[in-house]
Amino acid sequence: MQQAHASSGNTTVDDLLARFGAPAFIAQPTPDHTATLWVSRDQVLDVLAHLKPRFPMLLDLFGIDERLREHKPAGAADFTVVYHLLNIAGREEIRLKVAVTDADCSVPSAVGIWPNANWYERETWDMYGIEFSGHPNLRRILLPPTWVGHALRKDHPARATEMEPFSLDQEKQDAEQEALLFKPEEWGMARATQDTEFMFLNLGPNHPSVHGVFRIALQLDGEVVVDAVPDIGYHHRGAEKMGERQTWHSFIPYTDRIDYLGGVMNNLAYVMAVETLAGIKVPDRAKVIRIMLAELFRISSHLVFYGTFAQDVGQMSPVFYMFADRERLFGIIEAITGGRMHPAWFRVGGVAQDLPRGWDRLVREFIDSMPARLDHYQVMAMDNSILKQRTVDIGSYTTQEALEWGITGPSLRATGMDFDLRRDRPYGGYDQFEFEVPLGHKGDSYDRAVVRVEEMRQSLRIIRQCLDNMPEGPYKSDHRLTTPPPKERTLQDIETLIHHFLNVSWGPVIPAGEASFPIEATKGINSYHLVSDGGTGSYRTRIRTPSFPALQQIPLISRGLMIPDLIAIIASIDFVMADVDR
Amino acid sequence: MSELDTIGFGLFIIVAAVGGAAVLTWFERRLLGVWQDRYGPNRLGPFGAFQVLADMLKLLNKHDWVPPFADRAVFVFAPTAIVVAMLLSFAVVPFGPDLYILDINIGLLFFLGMTSLAVYSVLLGGLASNNKYALLGGLRSAAQMVSYEVFMGLSLMGVVMLSGSFSLRDIVEAQRDLWFCVPQFIGLFTFMIAGIAESHRLPFDLPEAEHELTAGFHTEYGGMKFAMFMLGEYLGLLLICCMITTLFFGGWLGPWLPPILWFSLKVFALICFFVLLRAAIPRPRYDQLMALGWKVMLPLTLLNLVLTGAIALLLEGV
Repeated sequence: MQQAHASSGNTTVDDLLARFGAPAFIAQPTPDHTATLWVSRDQVLDVLAHLKPRFPMLLDLFGIDERLREHKPAGAADFTVVYHLLNIAGREEIRLKVAVTDADCSVPSAVGIWPNANWYERETWDMYGIEFSGHPNLRRILLPPTWVGHALRKDHPARATEMEPFSLDQEKQDAEQEALLFKPEEWGMARATQDTEFMFLNLGPNHPSVHGVFRIALQLDGEVVVDAVPDIGYHHRGAEKMGERQTWHSFIPYTDRIDYLGGVMNNLAYVMAVETLAGIKVPDRAKVIRIMLAELFRISSHLVFYGTFAQDVGQMSPVFYMFADRERLFGIIEAITGGRMHPAWFRVGGVAQDLPRGWDRLVREFIDSMPARLDHYQVMAMDNSILKQRTVDIGSYTTQEALEWGITGPSLRATGMDFDLRRDRPYGGYDQFEFEVPLGHKGDSYDRAVVRVEEMRQSLRIIRQCLDNMPEGPYKSDHRLTTPPPKERTLQDIETLIHHFLNVSWGPVIPAGEASFPIEATKGINSYHLVSDGGTGSYRTRIRTPSFPALQQIPLISRGLMIPDLIAIIASIDFVMADVDR
Repeated sequence: MSELDTIGFGLFIIVAAVGGAAVLTWFERRLLGVWQDRYGPNRLGPFGAFQVLADMLKLLNKHDWVPPFADRAVFVFAPTAIVVAMLLSFAVVPFGPDLYILDINIGLLFFLGMTSLAVYSVLLGGLASNNKYALLGGLRSAAQMVSYEVFMGLSLMGVVMLSGSFSLRDIVEAQRDLWFCVPQFIGLFTFMIAGIAESHRLPFDLPEAEHELTAGFHTEYGGMKFAMFMLGEYLGLLLICCMITTLFFGGWLGPWLPPILWFSLKVFALICFFVLLRAAIPRPRYDQLMALGWKVMLPLTLLNLVLTGAIALLLEGV
């Protein structure tokens, strides 16, 4: 909490200070060492526009309710809007913060600078009631249109038991029914042009190909998609609100259910953010175990993608083979963690248990057999000419568009952008591994699949390196803030016993501060921005998921195509609705 | 055969065809299971064969519901049309030298006419449902059937030229020396494709297209009316296999074994092949399917027609 000085050691910050003058900013030190600057509401758009050439991607935009925060950073008022920008070429990030008061809760909209700010700003308005002046369509996005209040405000109840018992009388039911009526105008679509009357087709929220509860309102001319408007929120479970209620440790199982195909990959982003806040160093064995499990889950998630991708273009069989492989994978994961899809197995400071005896044989059998099976699937699915006809040149976008819309992960690499956090900003020990980053070049549905298929082979390579070089040593850090805390000396002195008792019953107290930790998850960049107010739980848990921006881009790439193309596009995006709605 | 015998045999064929189609639903699932590394229905009775009975009981017990927004009369009529048309077509199929219901000199035309009528079922079902997905399914089926009907008839003209008759018995007899699948391989190929399209099974199941149109034309159907559509589809598969056997694989002809057994074996092998197709091939897009029909299959059929005619004339001249 200090005034920004002219020499911060960060060229981007220096450049900003030179351009806008030092008094315009207040720097906030954070444990994750990401440059964090407070800027005034009047200047924020100028600063963002100035930063855009250098930071082409708006990674995240979210709100914080600061009203109950004890360790408020300098510059904070009632609410904060945070802009998290990513510079891919220079591998750097910057955070900008704007403070607003409850009485004057409004910020200018950044939609003109980054198109993907649209949904993020809608979400922030939905959750905090922060207005974004100039926003084209500031409606609720995750909560139903009839919701009263803004759910992530600290004064909004978190549990049903804090509210009046729910009842649905006739009047309320009518109002809800009325709100469900589809009026094309509200969705920004015209009913007809001079010579064509459009048909509106409601695809979802229950439809075999939307992979969960996702709804797209389609404006059709025959079978040609004139416009498509995605509607999300049907899978919203308030994970971020729950984060404020659980302890640091007991939130781990909730993370599993964000990208429910990614399993412990979600744990990784979360525990690493907590470890950054607490300053915990993880021992080598734990690092390698984590990487091995994360890559196993990457394969598992990509197998589901692969099978459903083929299925959605009408090929019946591949999905059965891939689910059989996934089942074998779950066998290994179950032997190691005891869980299957949601093991909740990573811990703050390490992992829950050591590897069981015989784990290496299981893993070796799997990675030895998998390449031949992938070759088989290549012939069966990817080389099939009908599948190619259905997906090549369908739903393509350029690298530039992908960056503008916040697309990350394999969907970004399919455009030829050579960027993978595991290699370019190695975390958790990835710098010790050899692997390649597969790239596509056309950015179409087919390339998005090609990149993922190739990533499975690279993951097998990483797992083999884990297998051959698994270090000996402890599987959890010897740090007092880990969960469960170290127990060795508890029965010898009362001090340690008290600490142990408190850390077990209430959970550890993580030092106040803010940190985020972006990782290369199965579907793109997943990041948890955690705010600790020096308590046993998070003050604010922001979950940045890769699926959210991907859905926002669907209209752009599906206009003018046919319904079957839209299905192929949806299949190629690889999203999970829980990852979108949280 | 006396008239009474013919009626008796006709009734037998109806029961056998419907029973065969029902067993086919189970058999297909088992066969797909084998190819997809899984079991399929294997719980009820030997190899799960009683699954058919369980399915029937379930469908019979379903509420016989007509959506209030549907066109009631047409909605009820639609599923019967396909079953009736398919069953009638079986009348002209010669199962053995003396095993047939009708031997008319326009047998082939009768078959083509009846299968064309089946289109109405899908089309009317889609329209009467008054549902957007069903409408799209109905539209697709109309376009698909019309385009594939064209070369379906034409693809068989080569067979007619070689045998010199529209009677299915004569066509089989004409294959004593050589099955038509050899000289008419293009005809066989195009007829097979048209046949799958007619029975709208997986690579060509666009009117239904689960992944795009939820259930296409029969989205609003349930219970026995839905079962009629399914029955019609499987009767169609059985019929197409019978016709391919008759027209291209020498029908009941074959050494040692009794004729009806030869016929059944050939039909069985073809059914397995069709199930394999369903397991292996993705679904082309609607416009790609149209393009395939008009730009590839139709010219190919016409070419076959010209070549067959030319060769037939040459041979006659010699």
